[in-house]
Amino acid sequence: MTKTITEKIFSRKCGCDVSAGDMMVVPVDAAMVHDITGPLAVEMFYRMKGEKVFDPEKIIMLFDHQVPADSITAAENHIMMRKFAKEQGIHNYDIKEGICHQVALETGKIMPGDIVVGVDSHTCTYGAVGAFSTGIGSTDMGFVLRFGSLYFRIPESIRVEAEGRFASRVGPKDLIMKTIGDVGADGATYRAAEFMGGAFEDMEIPGRMTCCNMAIEMGGKAGIVPPDEKTKAWLSQWGDVNAGDFDLKPDEGAAYAGKVEYDVGDLVPQVAVPHNVDNVVDVDEVEGTRLDQVFIGSCTNGRYEDFVEAAEVLGDRKFSDDVRVIAIPASKTEYLKCLRGGIIEKFVEAGALFEAPCCGPCMGGAFGLIGVEEVSLSTSNRNFRGRQGSTKGEVYLCSPATAAASAITGVITDPREV
Amino acid sequence: MKIWKFGDDIDTDAIIPGRFLTIYDPKELASHAFEGTRDEFSKDASAGDVIVGGRNFGCGSSREHAPIALKGAGIEMVIAKSFARIFYRNCINTGFLPVVCPEADKISEEDIITPHLDEGYLDVSGKKYITEPVPEFLSKIVEAGGLVEYARSMDEVETCIK
Repeated sequence: MTKTITEKIFSRKCGCDVSAGDMMVVPVDAAMVHDITGPLAVEMFYRMKGEKVFDPEKIIMLFDHQVPADSITAAENHIMMRKFAKEQGIHNYDIKEGICHQVALETGKIMPGDIVVGVDSHTCTYGAVGAFSTGIGSTDMGFVLRFGSLYFRIPESIRVEAEGRFASRVGPKDLIMKTIGDVGADGATYRAAEFMGGAFEDMEIPGRMTCCNMAIEMGGKAGIVPPDEKTKAWLSQWGDVNAGDFDLKPDEGAAYAGKVEYDVGDLVPQVAVPHNVDNVVDVDEVEGTRLDQVFIGSCTNGRYEDFVEAAEVLGDRKFSDDVRVIAIPASKTEYLKCLRGGIIEKFVEAGALFEAPCCGPCMGGAFGLIGVEEVSLSTSNRNFRGRQGSTKGEVYLCSPATAAASAITGVITDPREV
Repeated sequence: MKIWKFGDDIDTDAIIPGRFLTIYDPKELASHAFEGTRDEFSKDASAGDVIVGGRNFGCGSSREHAPIALKGAGIEMVIAKSFARIFYRNCINTGFLPVVCPEADKISEEDIITPHLDEGYLDVSGKKYITEPVPEFLSKIVEAGGLVEYARSMDEVETCIK
């Protein structure tokens, strides 16, 4: 029987013929917990009569949403998680390493063909290296911590095919936002998005992370790019690539539940307009929108390559005095690359706040919140009402290039025109 | 019983904003439910109330705080045209039945809902609206009262069996 990448991953893991629609309990290769949803997962683990976790080596624990602790309750949650890690022999990356999804991939514990879960909806990011990875709730994670497995409904897949070469200052973020706009916020619900074609083959791993990260914004259970030599080279920095299944690709004639096709050469910069991620327009439709804050960072666009893209647009100019520019790399590794590459100096001299790796304003939980009637332009993944602070504020989403161009002018600006 | 009607794409940030995620107590979470988007909810919602949503209810973040906040507010049932995947699982896991009703958008806050879920429908002010059955595998978790209760009876899990 012909299979999608998703069906192949589950079939190989289970040693039997698995197809979309099957419901089964499947062991996981890694599980990620962070400071927001982790404490409840630990409580559920104990309520399920858990004593020792299934395998401390397979658990990736860190704190990223509220770091350094921004309240006493956050500090107490961190204390509780540290104690749990120590008792269970789990390595805790604590507040030092950065955002869960970037750090998880940098552990080298996630390889192509793996099945990975995390208590965060953007866990779908790990499809960038050919893993099937999906976000789950805290009770699900309590079950995983205890048993090392979880129930899954094997999803149908949709095929996102992109060919061609991006024009200057247009990139993976524009492609995935365009896709979400077309597919809709629930168009891929209970489905995996499998990203294929020349544009994805040419795309480096950071761009693939951006695309897979936002699969959830069209309801997707996972986003996956077939692994290749680029994947192998990137992962070999972090772990033993012999453990990965680099041959994963869909069978000829595999059944897909839907298909969208793009020539990325035709693509122009995209912006997601408040208050839904699928409310996507070409940048010219919102050009001139007044901004109060610009955020460059997050698990979607907080990598060195994203800051280079923004810095290239910035050139020798300064950011507008009318906007607050907050830049936050996704991990310590990315932070150090920015430091050594001169990005931090450039951004700080241009007027940005360059913060240590964490989720920052993305979730509206820690710092960098917006107030009543303020407008934020952000390279992150969600523009829901109130997502970055006041429910009377507005959040627009864009690429690092568009964010940098707009931070220079103080209004939403086409990065090809600055 | 009061019906709280919502539209499409109600996200979990709206149900419980990110700044309250250090809280785990259901009642305290309930006091911030829909804060800033529907402030009267936390004041007026009471035991036995029902939420009716449109498409893609509970989209966005995986925060289990969302169904916990709704339970804490006394919400008995969430009915929607469709649910986002993680929210749907979180409801099942926390013993809170999400009801898929393709005609949910026709329900108004003035209606009276009498559920007949075993028979697969809602009586909505005398009209019969079909509900979709919970997948068989999940009904075991629902019957147990949630994933915690389901898991407590197990010492190990058999995997990879269709």
